[in-house]
Amino acid sequence: MWKPRPDEKPVSSNSPSQPTLAPPSAPAFGPGKETHSLEPAKASQPFRADVAAHIGKSVLVKGELSGSEDLYLDGEVEGTIELNNHTLVVGPNGRVRANISAREVIMHGKIEGNVIGTERVELKKSCVLSGDITTQRVVIEDGAFFKGSVDLQRESKAEPRKAVAAANGVSAAPVAVMSAQSSFSEHQ
Amino acid sequence: MRWFRGSEVAQPKPAVKTSAGPRSSRRSTGFAEFTRSLTGYKDLSALDLGPTSSANIAFLTGFGGRVHNEDILRASQDRTYLARQEDGSEMLDPQKFLSENLDYPEHRFDAILCWDIPDYLPEVLVKPMVERIHKIVKPGGILLAFFHTKDAGPDSPYCRYHIVSGEVLDLEPRPDFRLQRVFNNRHIENLFKGFSSLKFFLARDNIREVLVVR
Repeated sequence: MWKPRPDEKPVSSNSPSQPTLAPPSAPAFGPGKETHSLEPAKASQPFRADVAAHIGKSVLVKGELSGSEDLYLDGEVEGTIELNNHTLVVGPNGRVRANISAREVIMHGKIEGNVIGTERVELKKSCVLSGDITTQRVVIEDGAFFKGSVDLQRESKAEPRKAVAAANGVSAAPVAVMSAQSSFSEHQ
Repeated sequence: MRWFRGSEVAQPKPAVKTSAGPRSSRRSTGFAEFTRSLTGYKDLSALDLGPTSSANIAFLTGFGGRVHNEDILRASQDRTYLARQEDGSEMLDPQKFLSENLDYPEHRFDAILCWDIPDYLPEVLVKPMVERIHKIVKPGGILLAFFHTKDAGPDSPYCRYHIVSGEVLDLEPRPDFRLQRVFNNRHIENLFKGFSSLKFFLARDNIREVLVVR
């Protein structure tokens, strides 16, 4: 009964040689539930809904929400959200009353709080944001409602990467991919 | 709708439900003057009272400093600012509105882009808004406002303004609001009587551009 079947192979969540795809409906918060694609994140696809952690629209979180993976948030959060070096997507049903800090923040829903996106902040057309934005790049779709201030950080943190890339004789884009790979694999 | 202010309280008219038109560009002398006034600021603190536009944010942050955005017209449609009158009707409560909008410390801003908001704003909010602006703009700070002339006509579309360059604006007609009134020069001077100077620029498209200095 407990003998493993011959066709079953042990799966280690830490092994980069065993890629698994998280089902889209599987939220990945519990330690035993974490499943990720081990495919490295590509620069052209910085956020993939099928592999990101997912908070559904019926979920209410109060307190500090932090993580080291991309997050799709369609529920309600009151408190703080910290996803350093990762992407947060607030879905159309998302209701956030929290200060947000992430590498990239893409917002469709309603947010009250300050948003720090170290690389980019994007307000989609259905977004309603009341709060201050601090970022390097901001993208605002026609129809988005924004009340607050924008502080564009001109001193790009990507500069050192570009400088390294230039020194190595490669373009900045592959370096960004490499960075995404290493960042991703750290958390597997 | 009354085309001259003062004899009747203008009520907000329902928005004209037409589709948004194509964008058009226009050269703005008032905006060029506004931009020239901004050069020299190190940490510019600017407030855009129009709908959120990434072009405007990008342009204004180019001067360094911080850009604030408040879509005053859209906020004025929020029903939570309505107060019930003795006769049972509901009317916008300016105090309630200003407790949650344009709520900044005194002398906060160097520059404010008001666009043509006073022409579309409900009557009860126009004067309180200008008084609040007077409070939050720094002495010597500037404000740019546009006003339609009588020749513009009542169906003059509400436009979103996108900054293209230091003297060119993109106008994006939107069906969201309808012109509430037309100010003449004397009304505009009275509206901004607490400010130190006004400079008028009359454009060909029946828009009067006014650069106001606190």
